[in-house]
Amino acid sequence: MATQHSRSAARVMMAPAVILLLGWMLIPLTMTLYFSFKKYLPLRGGDLGWVGFDNYVRFVSSSAFWPSIQTTLIIVGGVLAITVSLGVLLAILLNQPMWGQGIVRILVIAPFFVMPTVSALVWKNMFMDPNYGLLAHLWKFFGATPVEWLSQASLPSIVMIVSWQWLPFATLILLTAIQSLDSEQLEAAEMDGAPPIKRFGFIVLPHLGRAITVVILIQTIFLLAIFAEIFVTTGGAFGTKTLSYLIFQRVLESQNIGLGSAGGVYAIILANIVAIFLMRIVGKNLDA
Amino acid sequence: MGQIQLNQVTKSFGDVQVIPPLDLTIEDGEFTVFVGPSGCGKSTLLRLIAGLEDVSSGMISIDGADQTMTPPAKRGLAMVFQSYALYPHMSVRKNIAFPLRMAKMDQAEIDRRVEGAASVLNLADYLDRRPGQLSGGQRQRVAIGRAIVREPAAFLFDEPLSNLDAALRVGMRLEISELHKRLTTTMIYVTHDQVEAMTMADKIVVLHAGVIEQVGSPLELYRNPRNTFVAGFIGSPKMNLLEGPEAQKFNAKTIGIRPEHIGISADAGDWEGVVGVSEHLGSDTFFHVKCDAFEHPLTVRASGELTMSYGAKVFLTPDQAHLHRFDDQGLRLG
Repeated sequence: MATQHSRSAARVMMAPAVILLLGWMLIPLTMTLYFSFKKYLPLRGGDLGWVGFDNYVRFVSSSAFWPSIQTTLIIVGGVLAITVSLGVLLAILLNQPMWGQGIVRILVIAPFFVMPTVSALVWKNMFMDPNYGLLAHLWKFFGATPVEWLSQASLPSIVMIVSWQWLPFATLILLTAIQSLDSEQLEAAEMDGAPPIKRFGFIVLPHLGRAITVVILIQTIFLLAIFAEIFVTTGGAFGTKTLSYLIFQRVLESQNIGLGSAGGVYAIILANIVAIFLMRIVGKNLDA
Repeated sequence: MGQIQLNQVTKSFGDVQVIPPLDLTIEDGEFTVFVGPSGCGKSTLLRLIAGLEDVSSGMISIDGADQTMTPPAKRGLAMVFQSYALYPHMSVRKNIAFPLRMAKMDQAEIDRRVEGAASVLNLADYLDRRPGQLSGGQRQRVAIGRAIVREPAAFLFDEPLSNLDAALRVGMRLEISELHKRLTTTMIYVTHDQVEAMTMADKIVVLHAGVIEQVGSPLELYRNPRNTFVAGFIGSPKMNLLEGPEAQKFNAKTIGIRPEHIGISADAGDWEGVVGVSEHLGSDTFFHVKCDAFEHPLTVRASGELTMSYGAKVFLTPDQAHLHRFDDQGLRLG
């Protein structure tokens, strides 16, 4: 199969895709780097020349920087914890034979198809609104004062909304993984005297290890960049300003492209730090 | 101890009864083989004994105590599965130790038993490997190791050799027989391969559509099959089962004659026929002979020295002393 000829033909045929992907990645990256060393204020004089590392220093020394990093990590960590643990439970539940299994599975997957903006609006207005929301009615029904979710418990609220969106993804991947578990292994463990909880701990959970790794890695990539949910609900107020949201504010609200670009470079660094940690912790699961 | 008794046991899946009422006693220390074609209910029967399936009615007792409703772990039986069902993320040592760990045995005792099993099964060098790094035969031995450390009342084997290649199968067959001789524990072994049944069993249980056709020692079954099903199933190549006017000469609906009990000659004999394919095994030669008197060709065993060309005219003579006669229901006559 791999003759000299077929190898070179393969290279030629892959080249357009590789070049396109490289351009797609390299051009924005280079532009971000280029602007991050400039004082560039589109509405206040445009390109005002090179400033060296000024933007980097200003971005980090801003009082909003460290809290935004903290918020980002809390949201990513919280959503991961909730989606993985509930995802495992839901996957086990959905794997049980039951009446109407097909419909139930589609319903469980449904939230994933709702756009982030829409789901955030639905949560904000239909569930979390302190006057008309469903949760407010529930609280009133039990005689309690309704919680102003998005101001009093802003961060948990956002974690909840984002978890609701990503739970189907985790459930789906874990469900397919659980279906590939050899039932004879569970029967062997049963004969070996392992009660259900131990069968879960010793057989099911290790079997799911690789799928959980995949879920964590993919979700982390997307969760580091969540934006719509924050924009629609709190607009970055009440301590919900993530790093990506801070960059957005610097570029569009302060109209400072140079400062925003420096923030973008920090976001790349943060993503890489998180990725290295994740690969260290869970990456070994990916080896067969 | 490990005497297992089934009393009027039945099993239904929904409306389909796969095992009609069935009685069977397996004596302590016996090597019993359940044999039958695919879908005859032999694996289901084994799973009923193991407790992995609930009986629909009837009683299963082990050593005289009713265990019908006992969960599988409490029955004191160990099972070796067709797929081995090893735990892929655990080392061989942890796999074998798993049932002991679940029984909360102390670590020194666990180590002692695991080392013991490993040396019996030649696994001592592989204890720290994962199942994925072992060959089929080694995995099979790990599965057996996991069963023997529990020191069960009986071993249950569910087609354990069907995933191995032919050469390895012969080797493992010997090893399992050897193990049985050494441990003298009751073993129940499920297979669809009658050669495994013949070579390993103290007692063979032939099953067909959930019904026990015959129970007996391998040679008993070979020499005195109770009906045409057992006659056709036990023995390789199969017994020739013949119908028609020639059978009526013997006052039977069907007559059965094994390939080794037919004489073949180029000059004279009872049945005239034409040689079809011949299979030379070296020690023996099997001729497929088409006779005018019968619908199907007969298989005849002859010495490995004899050669006959395709299409040659021959005469066959059955050995009357080894002729089996069956009636309209397929039951043995006389």
